[in-house]
Amino acid sequence: MVPTHYYLILAAALFTIGIIGVLTRRNIMVILMSIELMMNAVNINLIAFANHLQQIAGQVFAIFVITVAAAEAAVGLGIVIAMFKNKETMNINEIDLMKW
Amino acid sequence: MSVELLLFYIFAVIAVASAILVVSSRNVVHSAAFLGATLFAVAGLFLTLHAEFLAGVQVIVYVGGILVLFIFVIMLIAVERNVHERQFNRQWTIALLVAAILIVEIAYGLYKGKDSFLLPRVGAAAAAAVALGGNSEQVGAGLYTAYLLPFEIASILLLVAIVGAVVLSKKRTQAE
Repeated sequence: MVPTHYYLILAAALFTIGIIGVLTRRNIMVILMSIELMMNAVNINLIAFANHLQQIAGQVFAIFVITVAAAEAAVGLGIVIAMFKNKETMNINEIDLMKW
Repeated sequence: MSVELLLFYIFAVIAVASAILVVSSRNVVHSAAFLGATLFAVAGLFLTLHAEFLAGVQVIVYVGGILVLFIFVIMLIAVERNVHERQFNRQWTIALLVAAILIVEIAYGLYKGKDSFLLPRVGAAAAAAVALGGNSEQVGAGLYTAYLLPFEIASILLLVAIVGAVVLSKKRTQAE
């Protein structure tokens, strides 16, 4: 049996890597991938607790998280394509129309 | 060391190593490939947690759906120019500060809640769950009874996402 807190520490590491990716990269595709990494970390936590407490609710909630991730990826990539048509760039520093 | 613990370590090392490579590689296609490795390793971790249905969903939806979508978009958009540009923002200090604060917060939460991990595993409930049927049956029963309303809301969310993606990426016609 693997102790539950091992999974929590692993999920924390994955989530932090995702945060660093979102904050430091300039390529919008890598930023979207980092968001997927963070959602995976949350799913690991949910399923670890579902296993720890022997309740199915955590797994059901993880399915909803995957649904939201799929919707987010579809809309996010649609925005990326629409943006690339307008500005011909994937660099987020050049997309500063609404920057103060 | 038990087999479960060994499998956990293998999958954990693969997941974290390829997650670091996702964030640090220069070429976006390499990032996508390493993201696939991470997703497979996380599916393996779900298996060690006795969530077999979720492991299948992870591989089908994440690797077969989302990751392929990512790679399609990367192929649609020219990337050759991007590889030679500077890849990172000049905000390393702020990013590392935020990450350090996050790690301290999570470590504090884990430390404060460490007593709750010592709960004895619910043996009787596990035996009852096995009697109820496999993992897929349990998840399905949960989805269609107690969590029916969230399930329907999720379907509407997916519909909205489909419409939104089509509207965002379609060509403007003359009439508009």
